[in-house]
Amino acid sequence: MKPAPFAYVRPDSVAEACEILAADEDARIIAGGQTLIPMLAMRLARPTKLVDIVRLKELRGIRSEAGAIVVGAVTRQVEVERSELARGALPLLMKALPYVGHPPTRNRGTVGGSIANADPSAEIPLVAVTLGAEIEIENSGGRTSMPADEFFIGAMVTSVMPGDCVAAVRFPVWSQPRLGTGFHEVSARQSDFAFVAAAAQVALDEDGRCIDAVVGLGGVGDRAQRIDVSALVGQDVARFPVSELIRSATEHLEANSDLHVSADYRRRAAAALGARALEDAIAEARAAGGVVQ
Amino acid sequence: MNPAAPLKFVSSNRRVREDRRFVAGQGRYVADIALEGLLHVAVVPSPHPAARIVSINAAEAMKMPGVHYVLTGEELAKATEPLMNGLDTPNVRRYPLAVGQARYAGEWVVAVVAETRAQAEDAAEKVRIEYEQLAYVIDSEDAFDPKSPPVHAGHGSNVLLDKTFVWGEVEKHFAESERHLSFRVVWGRNSTVPIETFGVAAKWDPWREMLDVWASIQMPKYPDQIARALRIPLNNVRVHFDVDVGGSYGVKRGIKQTVLVSHLARVLGRPVRLIEDRLDNMRAGDAHGPDRIFDVEIAFNDDGIVNSMKMRALDNVGAYAGRSPFQLGKPIGAIVGPYKIKSVQYRAISVTSNKAAQEAVRGFGQSPTNYAIETAIDKVAVALGLDRIEVRRRNFIRSDEFPYLIPSGTRYDSGDYHTVVAKVRAHADYEGLIRERDTLRAAGQCAGIGIAACLEPSGGNSSFEPLLNEKNTTTTWMDSCRIVVDGLGFVTATIHTTSSGQGHETLVATVIGEVLEIDPDLIRIVRPDSLNSLPSNTPVGSRMAIMLGGAAFHAAQKLKAKIIKLAAHQFGCAEQEVIYAGGAVSHGASGKKLAWAEHVNIAHRNFHLLPEGMEPGLETTHVMQVPTGTKLPENGRVQMYPCHSFEFHLVLIVFDPVIGKPEIRRYVIGHDCGTVINPHIVKGMTLGGIAHGIGASLLEEFVYDSEGQMLTQSFMDYLLPSSHEVPKVEIVHHCTPSPFTVFGQKGSGESGYLGSPAAISSAINDAVAPFGISLAKLPIRIAAISDAIAAAREAKAKVKA
Amino acid sequence: MKVTLKVNGRLRTADVEPRKTLLDTLREDFLLTGSHAGCEHGVCGACTVLIDGEPSRACLMFAVQADGYEITTIEGLAPAPGELSVVQDAFCETHGLQCGYCTPGMILSAHALLEHNDAPTREDIVEAISGNICRCTGYGQIVEAVEFAAERLRKTNAPRNVTGGSDDEPSIDPAAEAGAREGGVLEAAATRQGGRQ
Repeated sequence: MKPAPFAYVRPDSVAEACEILAADEDARIIAGGQTLIPMLAMRLARPTKLVDIVRLKELRGIRSEAGAIVVGAVTRQVEVERSELARGALPLLMKALPYVGHPPTRNRGTVGGSIANADPSAEIPLVAVTLGAEIEIENSGGRTSMPADEFFIGAMVTSVMPGDCVAAVRFPVWSQPRLGTGFHEVSARQSDFAFVAAAAQVALDEDGRCIDAVVGLGGVGDRAQRIDVSALVGQDVARFPVSELIRSATEHLEANSDLHVSADYRRRAAAALGARALEDAIAEARAAGGVVQ
Repeated sequence: MNPAAPLKFVSSNRRVREDRRFVAGQGRYVADIALEGLLHVAVVPSPHPAARIVSINAAEAMKMPGVHYVLTGEELAKATEPLMNGLDTPNVRRYPLAVGQARYAGEWVVAVVAETRAQAEDAAEKVRIEYEQLAYVIDSEDAFDPKSPPVHAGHGSNVLLDKTFVWGEVEKHFAESERHLSFRVVWGRNSTVPIETFGVAAKWDPWREMLDVWASIQMPKYPDQIARALRIPLNNVRVHFDVDVGGSYGVKRGIKQTVLVSHLARVLGRPVRLIEDRLDNMRAGDAHGPDRIFDVEIAFNDDGIVNSMKMRALDNVGAYAGRSPFQLGKPIGAIVGPYKIKSVQYRAISVTSNKAAQEAVRGFGQSPTNYAIETAIDKVAVALGLDRIEVRRRNFIRSDEFPYLIPSGTRYDSGDYHTVVAKVRAHADYEGLIRERDTLRAAGQCAGIGIAACLEPSGGNSSFEPLLNEKNTTTTWMDSCRIVVDGLGFVTATIHTTSSGQGHETLVATVIGEVLEIDPDLIRIVRPDSLNSLPSNTPVGSRMAIMLGGAAFHAAQKLKAKIIKLAAHQFGCAEQEVIYAGGAVSHGASGKKLAWAEHVNIAHRNFHLLPEGMEPGLETTHVMQVPTGTKLPENGRVQMYPCHSFEFHLVLIVFDPVIGKPEIRRYVIGHDCGTVINPHIVKGMTLGGIAHGIGASLLEEFVYDSEGQMLTQSFMDYLLPSSHEVPKVEIVHHCTPSPFTVFGQKGSGESGYLGSPAAISSAINDAVAPFGISLAKLPIRIAAISDAIAAAREAKAKVKA
Repeated sequence: MKVTLKVNGRLRTADVEPRKTLLDTLREDFLLTGSHAGCEHGVCGACTVLIDGEPSRACLMFAVQADGYEITTIEGLAPAPGELSVVQDAFCETHGLQCGYCTPGMILSAHALLEHNDAPTREDIVEAISGNICRCTGYGQIVEAVEFAAERLRKTNAPRNVTGGSDDEPSIDPAAEAGAREGGVLEAAATRQGGRQ
């Protein structure tokens, strides 16, 4: 299980990387390599050239910026897990990260790599879609950004064009003091890709009425998706029939069947885990009296 | 040994000596062996489950950088004999590479040799093979159908074996029984899947006419099979046993890989090696395990006493026969489990199909059979509304009934099943466990208690071979040890096979230390190569504590006897008058004493002081035949293995009815393998066996789709349990010594694995019982649980409507 | 391509194809065969090495990517030939292995955990080794080994920044050479408790 031959380059800037990528459409970016290298080893991917961006400082780091946390594409997953900044501002991402692979792959795997790989059951894309993150893309024309929901097109398919490089992910930060999150997933083994993953974030006012709520599901169809929970907004969450809301929102979801689980299973699990995630988020928000930074 | 004397080293918690080199990364595995000028092999797999090979064009591949050779099955078949079949099926021919026809997707068709493995893989992609697709069969029952396309046309059908045994008055017992029930359970194809794949390196020296082989092997008669296949004298084959094997648990039987590589080494005059990569290994390492359908009928009384059983076991061995059909034979030695079932009808059917070839897996077919038997006992209890442990207790053989002759001809050596169960019940607080289950159920969870009681036949011989193949008259199944005390008094002993983590060096040192009363840590253990070796049948059939331990014991006894004789001669007294203690011999009456160093000196340097006829030096050898292995089968009955360890599993499993993901909340096992030689090793075997059983029952399966393609080729889809999936296990010990072994030891190499699939299935079925459903196929996937509950709920809702 | 890697504190150079993994380079070019190939697709963990102290798959990194990091293999853990680190010794004490094939990766994962956390819970240990598949042991005695090692590390009074052994003793532990990392504690403890080996 050895990769087919390829050339290796390590550009000094994103601009140079984009130039190389634009010039050779069979060149591929490598960052953490935790998904790409198995594909190379099995010769399921056969790039002519690997463009290593993992040491580009301009793509690394976690910073707070205008109501958002911007995570550079080559920031390793473990660095986010250990980040005080992310811990305070992105509680949903913090809940999801322990489900990403296992510790050794999180030590090398990058946030941008997970986004660019666009596995339908991957946790980081799910959080990005759920929170309405923006994906920043750089190419020879400069930096642009697009909502995660538009970025992900299908299983392992994104809006990235030849010559593009995912540069950062801009996760919106909710500033409401009474904030709660929930994350659940089911997989064959804990470290496997999720059959279904559910993420929820809720903000409440002082009276326990919902100010904002989002619920996202991964693993069900060919990309992560948000489900409509707008009915919750303005309602007293203590009395709201959360399970029914989620059930009706998931009833007609397109779902995939595979070796391990059926489409029916995915729909049932989506309803159950979606409700559980939302209930957790509500409970956490209700318990949160203090101010979240 | 003096049975009254307390054991000094045996059964004590001593460290396992092998561990030191492994924790330092200093194991020596086959891939670590550096050979000058080594060439590497990659293989070209068949993309089709059945296809005639029309043509092979290697021209482009030969031109690739670093390539030395491209070998086809046709060429290899001309130069070699077909690989060994266990049954008398001469037209089921098997070679390392497909000859004329590929018989399963992934089968190796062409081998490419190059300077590096990467180059060999590059060239393998360039081999052009034209195929003509043929009809194929995947499903076991389809394969048994005479209308199915035969995998081997020359054999005429897919049936390798279809033999019905009737032991006792089955029909009478069925007629007399108050109740009957019948069911089908399915054991999905899985395997032990060691983390080290199979690997082999071979070197041919034409001037010395010597084939040197290094391999991650665990197989009886390995050098013999190499010599036969290559048509060379056995004394031209030298297998190096000082190679660490990275796990096997039965499957490391890489004879096809070895013949392939050895042939290439001879052709090329350079050392050649093949280290399977994970895809090679999963697709076509020919190391899958049993793939079995059981149809069981049980005849029993209202009080839960089981009188008789009819079992039909249909096993799908894949494209080639090998020894795998024998995995239907070994369970005959424990076909009634720990129960007093009076009569049994057993129909064993082995079929070929267009799946990868099957190989021996831990327990050699016993774990699937235990799963079927235990499912039957659970069903009897449920049918009668009786407690499942109580039904087992009523059917158990009592401790005063041993040795106990079962209907199929094996005499169980010893056991105390009632006591083990009582200890586990008390330890686990069975009633409390039931309350916990019921509390969980009341809270809306699915919760179930799993129970399994089963035997681990151990001390492996090969009685199933003559039982299933009358042309085979093998009854000898020995193991050996040699002990040498050198001229400075240091002790070295031998093992004549490879090991794959079982701690055999610790075993031999412990046993010899015990007998000679010297510190085991001072005893050197070595592994001579096959040309310098005494006979061994390798660590199969949970036999080494009994057989290698036994051989070491007897060799040490002989050594001790020689020392005593030598000393008595010096004292001028009778041998019975001296006492051996701690390596010294003393004569009570005269007060004379000879120390260890003095025996050594006399034996090595003072021929004039030796008794007449005594050979100089201090060296003894023992070749030990398996206890009770004395007869060929008669009337379909045979003494299978000599010893029978017992295990009793008690498990609590919980899951959400919608999500269906089982969580093992509690796992208790009672284990009785007689006298334990090294407690660390036995514990590790048991815990590892349970983890392996968790994989087999919940996660692991080689799945083929309707196109004959294997879907679980990598570790992304073939799911090995991680530390998250294996719970903390509590072990309750009991010791019922075997009367047939030197210390009363029994085997433990398969412990845990032989009952955990049954126990986990039992727990999940108990958990879903309130829905009126059962899950009858392993592995029990998350979705299978959830889908079955959803269907049951839907059906109930419809009925209500 | 020519690469210079820092392995177990030593700079080593090899000429490799870009497609050659760090694992194959360690094994074939540097003859460090304690790192094992199990699946070569990042699942089993037999090839685990430490990269800047963090457990990583050596099969999921190419050698050409690995320059500039501190790479530690199992060969770099023993304080001296024939002498074991506390973690290695703990694996021997509880028999936290059988065939030894997954063991180097398992021990490196355990070592990394204990560098961050010398009082891990069972859950911490299970999580830390969850990327290392063992087929032999069922993990029970491995968890016990890590618990035992943690206990011994807690019991030693060694200051966290002191290395064991005197200056003139050869050291192959990069952490010890660096002089201030916690790897040195393991070494110190091993030296102190050497009698148990």
